[in-house]
Amino acid sequence: MTCTRCAACKQLRRRCPSNCIFLPYFPPNNPQRFSYVHRIYGASNVGKMLQQVEEHQRADVADSLYYEAYCRIKDPVYGCVGIITVLHEEIYHAQCQLAKVQAEIDLLKAQAPVQGELLGLQVNEFLANQNGAYCSTQSSFDPSFY
Amino acid sequence: MASSSSYNSPCAACKFLRRKCLPGCIFSPYFPPEEPQKFINVHKIFGASNVTKLLNELSPHQREDAVNSLAYEAEARVRDPVYGCVGAISFLQRQVERLQKELDAANADLIRYACNDFTPTPPLPVPNMALRQRPVEFSRRLSMGHHHDGGSGGGFNQTPSFPIPYTLPNWNDHQNPSGDHIHGGGGGSI
Repeated sequence: MTCTRCAACKQLRRRCPSNCIFLPYFPPNNPQRFSYVHRIYGASNVGKMLQQVEEHQRADVADSLYYEAYCRIKDPVYGCVGIITVLHEEIYHAQCQLAKVQAEIDLLKAQAPVQGELLGLQVNEFLANQNGAYCSTQSSFDPSFY
Repeated sequence: MASSSSYNSPCAACKFLRRKCLPGCIFSPYFPPEEPQKFINVHKIFGASNVTKLLNELSPHQREDAVNSLAYEAEARVRDPVYGCVGAISFLQRQVERLQKELDAANADLIRYACNDFTPTPPLPVPNMALRQRPVEFSRRLSMGHHHDGGSGGGFNQTPSFPIPYTLPNWNDHQNPSGDHIHGGGGGSI
């Protein structure tokens, strides 16, 4: 038996054996961690869930159970499913926004060469008019005009 | 015509627990006999008495959503005994981050095109916070309620308003909470 009981055995008021399955994941200095998990899942369910995985995975199991229990206590109706819902919506809105921005970029890309071409045509037209007008009124050509 | 046989048959919970399904059974509205697996999962993960306590703490109009979210979490945990729903949250958060980066880069390109700088630029991370003020404001949506058909049916009209108590595990994108997956060594620890 360990001199210091783990948080689980303390709360369950029992001896804490040296091979206690809760001991590595529910230390005595963090009683809230086991309290939350026990309140939502129950000690025996938590023990079963820890036992059914390999030892190197148990820390992650304990952490994720604590996180879900924490979420459920703070939001008894939706728990962490509420977070998943919000994330799905964020993804949907971000995808819509990205599509909008891409469409705007494509529109600008499509307009850019047309605008350049129109500008070129206007310049040519102007130059042509200037040439014609100049020729009809004067006989000499002034290259400095350009 | 006689009404459905479910009128007289025990709910899935009482069938599983092999007890008489009394008229005021707290489970019967939410665990119909046609969906036995729903209660089996919930019972396996949470236990019947814990579910009873949870439901008794809620108003009757909240219980259906609570049961549906518990069923969703239980199923996620059955499929992924290591991370459960947390694996899905981790995966979705990374998707959100990826999309935000893409949106930032696209907004930067848009501004360049709008300023008549037609030279396309490679996608670079843009730290300019001003770009984030353009359309997507994730934080605002956290204060709005939305109806969304997620998980195992029911309307989940709720937004969380509490911080995440620990760093989520680095759940690989190929891990699927609804299918086969590899349990990678996550970094989640408090």
